[in-house]
Order: sequence, then structure tokens, then C-alpha cells
Amino acid sequence: MTESEPAAPRGKDEDVPMPRQEPHERVKNFKEVALGYTEEMAHQEAERCLKCKKPLCRQGCPVDVPIPEFIGLFQEGKYAEAIAIIKTKNALPAICGRVCPQEGQCQMKCVRGKKGDPVNIGRIERFLADWEREHGVQIPPKAPSTGKKVAVIGAGPAGLTVAADLVKLGHQVTLFEALHVGGGVLSYGIPEFRLPKVIVQKEIDYVQRLGVEIKLGYLIGRIETIPELMKEGYDAIFIGSGAGLPQWTGCPGENLGGIYSANEFLIRVNLMKAYEFPEKDTPIRVGKNVVVIGGGNVAMDCARISLRLGAKVSLLYRRSRNELPARREEIENAEEEGLEFKFLSAPAEFYGDDKGWVRSMRCVKMELTEPDASGRQGVRQMAGSDFEMPVDTVIVAIGQTPNPIIQRTTEGLQVNPKHGTIVVDADGRTNLKGVFAGGDVATGAATVISAMGAGKRAAKAMHEYLMSETPRGE
Amino acid sequence: MMFKIVTKRQLAYKKTLFEVEAPDIAAKSNPGQFLIVIAKEGGERVPLTICDYDAKKGTVSFAFHEVGKTTKELGTYEQGESLYNVTGPLGNPSEIKKYGRVLCVGGSIMIAPLLLQSKAMKAAGNHVTTVLGCRGDEFLFMKEEAEAYSDEVVIASDDGTAGEKGMGALCDLLENQHFDRCVVMGPVVMMKQVSDITRPYKIPTVVTLTPIMIDGMGMCGVCRVTVGGKMMFGCVDGPEFDGHLADFDELIKRQRTMLPEERLSSVLWETSGGCKCDRK
Ligand SMILES: Cc1cc2nc3c(=O)[nH]c(=O)nc-3n(C[C@H](O)[C@H](O)[C@H](O)COP(=O)(O)OP(=O)(O)OC[C@H]3O[C@@H](n4cnc5c(N)ncnc54)[C@H](O)[C@@H]3O)c2cc1C
Ligand SMILES: Cc1cc2nc3c(=O)[nH]c(=O)nc-3n(C[C@H](O)[C@H](O)[C@H](O)COP(=O)(O)OP(=O)(O)OC[C@H]3O[C@@H](n4cnc5c(N)ncnc54)[C@H](O)[C@@H]3O)c2cc1C
Ligand code: SF4
Ligand code: SF4
Ligand code: FES
Repeated sequence: MTESEPAAPRGKDEDVPMPRQEPHERVKNFKEVALGYTEEMAHQEAERCLKCKKPLCRQGCPVDVPIPEFIGLFQEGKYAEAIAIIKTKNALPAICGRVCPQEGQCQMKCVRGKKGDPVNIGRIERFLADWEREHGVQIPPKAPSTGKKVAVIGAGPAGLTVAADLVKLGHQVTLFEALHVGGGVLSYGIPEFRLPKVIVQKEIDYVQRLGVEIKLGYLIGRIETIPELMKEGYDAIFIGSGAGLPQWTGCPGENLGGIYSANEFLIRVNLMKAYEFPEKDTPIRVGKNVVVIGGGNVAMDCARISLRLGAKVSLLYRRSRNELPARREEIENAEEEGLEFKFLSAPAEFYGDDKGWVRSMRCVKMELTEPDASGRQGVRQMAGSDFEMPVDTVIVAIGQTPNPIIQRTTEGLQVNPKHGTIVVDADGRTNLKGVFAGGDVATGAATVISAMGAGKRAAKAMHEYLMSETPRGE
Repeated sequence: MMFKIVTKRQLAYKKTLFEVEAPDIAAKSNPGQFLIVIAKEGGERVPLTICDYDAKKGTVSFAFHEVGKTTKELGTYEQGESLYNVTGPLGNPSEIKKYGRVLCVGGSIMIAPLLLQSKAMKAAGNHVTTVLGCRGDEFLFMKEEAEAYSDEVVIASDDGTAGEKGMGALCDLLENQHFDRCVVMGPVVMMKQVSDITRPYKIPTVVTLTPIMIDGMGMCGVCRVTVGGKMMFGCVDGPEFDGHLADFDELIKRQRTMLPEERLSSVLWETSGGCKCDRK
């Protein structure tokens, strides 16, 4: 494995670069792209932090990680203390250090960023979490049993956070996950080369070691409904079922072979390890010309996977480069790996061969319109701008909405009719007594850290609810 | 978790029934629903229809036809061994109620789950006629169960070695008797034929569509089918649909999209001797 430019000490305004696999190398494997700071690099970067009295960075972090404090402890060589203080707010630092969109959160607010690069908080966080994993994770002491039973639905970041927080407070927690593996999007969505699955599994093991019972292969709504769980004696329930329902373009020909939803593509590759087919049993087929439709992180992940599977890949996005919603870092990574962009273009129709496999698609050119009141520009089709291009694989990555199974089987649960999201207050309370929800199922597709933040707030509210006099029955 | 095989029953050549320990699933199963079975860690997720359940005993049964790598491998599991994961019940339960006279038509391996429908329809007070379709006499199974669960049993085979040859028997039944509902489970081509036959008689006809599936819970969309011109997900909107509205031709094409890979997988497994060494 080759590493790019090691970190030479640079000006105070510049951060220590992240060592990565070279593009021509990494596009041939599924190993992690960002290799992580060495201890020395992490210290160099930590040097740059000013330990602000009023740390603005902290305001940018959705879970309020005590940033200057952990960086200070790290500099004093107190690694275990540093990680412990992060973990008071963020139970999954090895994950957040890798996939948090830091540039729009903690690092966006960092004062260092006013002139030059902000402190690379996420990379230091990742270093510490990786250090801890190598040195043995401490299991914190548990509060005495409260005798209360809690059901958590979905083992994504929101559900794992709620389960961990409530079990530590002495409640008996059962986590129901529909798939045969926990982690939610961390396992089935985000690819190995951005987030190695051993790390996700370690975090799930940690939650289990805290005393949470994890039941895999339990689709709530089918094997048990929420009202049934309540009747069986659960005192409170948290719904963290995510936003896993794929959306479609609605263009004619979308049911042809070779057209995948982003979720199908990601599940085959990440969850079922189809990139190791035929060693693993689940297959995936990408042809020579892959078109990914969409412009977010999900689209970027699908494109980068396709490149690793040996295809020529272009990305069709209906707006222009400036509007691409994906993280800058991921756009750059994808471009370095050979992704081609087709901006201001949208799909119109798919054509198949006689076997029912997609062979070409018709697209239309788009143009941006005047910004509306919210400042966002609309797009419209340009008449007569149709063009056809050959394609043998299409990946539709234009968004996900919540899976409706729970909503359909929980009578009276208030749901947003337009987006299918569960309606909650700031602390995650739904309109049903004892039933809480949070993460993507309440907000629509968002981020790992926002799902964890929602989990934290809900866990606090659930604890208060459980400890108040008569939780069940009224 | 362990899903122990408590009974292995050879139904016919390459057709096997497993009864597995799964108390939580057994307690919630209904006719028409299915399971996702993973034989061993790292294995494929295969959808198989529930063909019986016993909440008291805590077991659920499914039957499979050895057609590809995973089902062939499943066939090597013996009584007492355990499966890595079984998820279920998935999909919507069948609409079982008193319709009057019900015609249940089953083909090939799907006869096993069909008989659960015959049984439930009979228990709901219907007069049940069950048609068992098979390739030939040696492929016929569960005849005794069919007789126990139905008022009348008719047998038909492709080659005429069992019962009547082809679809003639079914046509005769429809010509001579009145039916209020028809339930069909079998190969897609057969469900299409039966739906075409019942259409002129305007008998509501329910088919179980079997697209490729992965998660079986509405996440991936690989199971999308067209019914009445609308896109539906086989796993969460089905698996049962109106046979007079389903686009069977599209389904057949979509089932074949991974054919070369499936063949490769199957051939590799067979040439490796169907080895059991990677499981405990
Ligand atoms: C490809 C991709 C890349 C992404 N990249 C990033 C990134 O770089 N950075 C970032 O911050 N965010 C990223 N995100 C978004 C982030 O992963 C999600 O916002 C986050 O995972 C949401 O967490 P959650 O716990 O709400 O739901 P999920 O992670 O979706 O977990 C929900 C879990 O609930 C289970 N479930 C659903 N229904 C049921 C049921 N009825 N019964 C039992 N279990 C059920 C599901 O199987 C799933 O395991 C990405 C998302 C995708 C898809
Ligand atoms: C809702 C649902 C319920 C199902 N219920 C049952 C069931 O109760 N019993 C059962 O045996 N199967 C059932 N199936 C089909 C079953 O899931 C597949 O046969 C199985 O996934 C094949 O896996 P495999 O890896 O062995 O073969 P694959 O490698 O996936 O496929 C091998 C080849 O066999 C073909 N094939 C697939 N199914 C059949 C078939 N039934 N007959 C002939 N050829 C076929 C495929 O097109 C492919 O070419 C069901 C499918 C669905 C979606
Ligand atoms: S959790 Fe995310 S936002 Fe918060 S400090 Fe860590 S990297 Fe920044
Ligand atoms: S704002 Fe930047 S410099 Fe200030 S404490 Fe936070 S990370 Fe350090
Ligand atoms: S099998 Fe994935 S959505 Fe139906």
C-alpha cells in the first residue's frame, strides 16, 4: 500500500494532511481510503488548537463533545481520559471521527478556520478511538436495576445510542433489529472503504457488553407490533427505524434489469459482500457503463463502489456542481478515482434489450431558474434538449423515505403525511404515551451524529418518563 | 441464535421440507407469509413460504426446491443441525374468510405452502377443491395432506403419469362447477396460465409472486413487480396479488437478471463437491 505525502510540518494555518491510499491503488480495493493520523501527526494537529475559553467548535457539534478538553487531555498524554470525556457525549467516536461531515459542524465553527484551516477535530477523535480499540475498551459501571423494561427498534446509530444510555441507567433493554446484522446504515449503507465493518461490529459488541439484549431478524410490525410490545410489558419504546425506503425516478423502463436502487446496490455490496462474489453467495452485476443518478453522499458511495468493481462511471445530476449536496471530501475522492460528472441533466426514459436488460437511456438538459423566496434555485427542463446515451447499469440514488411498516401497524401514531416521518417533539416524544422516536425516521435522511443526538435526547426523556410514578396504563 | 432443524422430510426428488425451532416466529405466523432463511454466516438471504407453524411446539416449516447454490446447500443440512438465521414472518397474511367455494391450485414445490391455504380456507367454512400440479407421478407429494384438508382433490401432471395431463382438469372444473375464489401458488408460468384460465369466469384469483428478494422488508426494491400498472414491492405489498392484474412477463424477465451469476455459483458449488467443511 502506498501512502501519499507524509505530513511535513507546515504553517500554523494549515492542517496536517490525512494520509490516504493513492487513487490508482485504492480504486482496485475495498480497504479504507483514509489511513488515519499517526500518533505524531495527531499531536501536531492538536498543537494547533487554541483551547478557546468559549469554544465555538462545541456549538457546531450536534452532541456537544467537550472538544478543547479532550484535545488538552490528549496533549498531556492522558489518552484514556481523553476518550472517556468524548464518550460522555458521543458513544461512537470511531465512527463519527470517520463519517461526520465535520466541515459543516464542529470544524465549520472553529476560530482557526477564520484564517486558514480549522483544527481537524474529527481526525484527532478518530485517532483516540482507534487507540482505545487497540488498548481495550473499558466497560463503565452500571446503575442498579430499576426494574423497567425498554424496547428499542432498529440498531442504527439512533437505536444503539438509546439502548446504551438506558442500559447504563439500570433499565432492562431489548434491541430489535430487522436485519441479520446490526448497525443500520453503518453496516448496509456506508461502504467498507469509508467505514470498515470491524469497527461497526466492535461498537455493537460494546453495546451488547453493556448488557443490552440484541435480537436480530425481528421485523417489528410483523413479528410484533408496538401495541403488542406494550401489552407484553415493555414500559417504554423507542423507534429508530431509519429512512430505508428507496425513491424512484418514475421514468418509463425503470423496472428493467440492471437498474438498481441505491439501497439494493449498497445492500448487495456492503451487507452481503457481493464484491467478494462468488466467494460470497450474493451476486452483483455492473457492466461497462454505469450511470448513477443523484448528487448526495449516497450517490457518491455508489459511484465509488462501481469504480472499484471496474466500471466506467458517470454521475447524472440535475443541478450544477455548486449545488452538489455531497461532502466536498467525497466529491474530490470520487473525482480522483475517475468519476465523470454530467451536470444539469436528468433521466427521462430507459430502454432495454430483448432480454429485459437496460441498454441505453434518454436524458434531458436542465437549466437553473431564479432563486425562490428561500434562496434555492429551481430547475426546469430545456425543451428539445433530449439526448440518448448507452448504459448497461443504472443506480438510482435520489433519496430515501422512512419504511412505512411500523407506521402502518401502529394505530394512532402521528405521521407526517407528506414525508412518512414520525412526528416527535424536541425530546423525541411521539403522540403515543411511552412511545418515542428519533433519527432518520423522524427527520428524514440526515447524518449519523444527528441520529445519535436525537437518541441522546430521547434517552434522557425516556429515563424521566420511566422514573415518574405510573408509566404504564394510566 | 439457533434455528435447529427438528424434522427433515424428503418430499420428492430435490424437494425437501424443514421444520425448524423458532418459537417467536411460530407464534406470529399466518398463511401466505414467508421467511428469509440464511443457511450459514455469510450466506445468501433466500425467501421461502411458510407451509406450517405450531405455536405450542414453537416450530415453523418451509419447503424448498433445490434449484441453485443456496437451496442445494440447504438440502445438505440434516435433522439436528442449525441454520444461521431465519427472519419472519414477512409479507402480508392471506385473506382467509368464508367465500363459499374455493379453488386452490398448487404447482411443484409450492404445493407445500398451498396446502396451508387449503387447510385455513376449510377451517373458515369454505368448500375447498385442491388441484395438485406436478411434472409426473414421481414428483407428486403430500397427497394425503391435500385429501385431509380439502373436500375434493384433483391431480394433474405435465406428462400425464399422475392424474390428467396438462390444464384440462382445471378447465373442466371451471366449466362444470362454480367457484368464488381461486388461490394459486406455483411456478410463475403456471400462475400466469391459471390466471388466464380463470379470467373469463371472473373468479377473483390470488397469486403469490416470487421476484428476487434480498431484505424482504421494503428496503431494496429488487422485488418490484407491476400490478395493475403500478409499481409494487413483492415483499411488503404482497407477496399475494391479483393474478388478473399482475405483469407476469416482466416478473419472468426480472427473475432472470442474475442468471449467469447464479449458474456460476451453482456450478462452483457442485464442482467443489458440495463441501460442508465451512460449517460447524
Ligand atoms: C450510503 C449512505 C452514506 C451515508 N454517509 C454518511 C456520512 O458520511 N456521514 C453521515 O453523518 N451520515 C451519512 N449517512 C446518513 C446516516 O447513515 C444516517 O443518517 C443514519 O444512519 C441514521 O441513523 P438511524 O439510526 O436513524 O437509522 P438507520 O441507520 O437507518 O438504522 C435503522 C435500523 O432500523 C432497522 N429497522 C427498520 N425498520 C425496522 C423494523 N420495523 N423493525 C426492526 N428494525 C427495523 C433497519 O434495518 C436499520 O438497521 C449516509 C447514509 C447512506 C445511506
Ligand atoms: C415470496 C417468495 C416465496 C417463495 N417461496 C418458495 C418456497 O416456498 N419454496 C421454494 O422452493 N422456493 C420459493 N421461492 C423461490 C426461492 O426463493 C428461490 O428458489 C431461491 O431463492 C433460489 O435460491 P438459490 O440460491 O438456490 O438459487 P438461485 O441461484 O437464486 O437461482 C437458481 C436458478 O433457479 C431459478 N429458479 C428460481 N426459483 C425457481 C423455482 N421455484 N423453480 C425453478 N427455477 C427457479 C432462478 O431463476 C435461477 O435461474 C420463493 C420466492 C419468493 C420471492
Ligand atoms: S462528534 Fe462529529 S461534530 Fe462532534 S466533535 Fe466529533 S466529529 Fe465533530
Ligand atoms: S474553536 Fe478550534 S481552536 Fe478553539 S477550542 Fe475549538 S478546536 Fe480548538
Ligand atoms: S426484497 Fe428488498 S424491498 Fe422487497
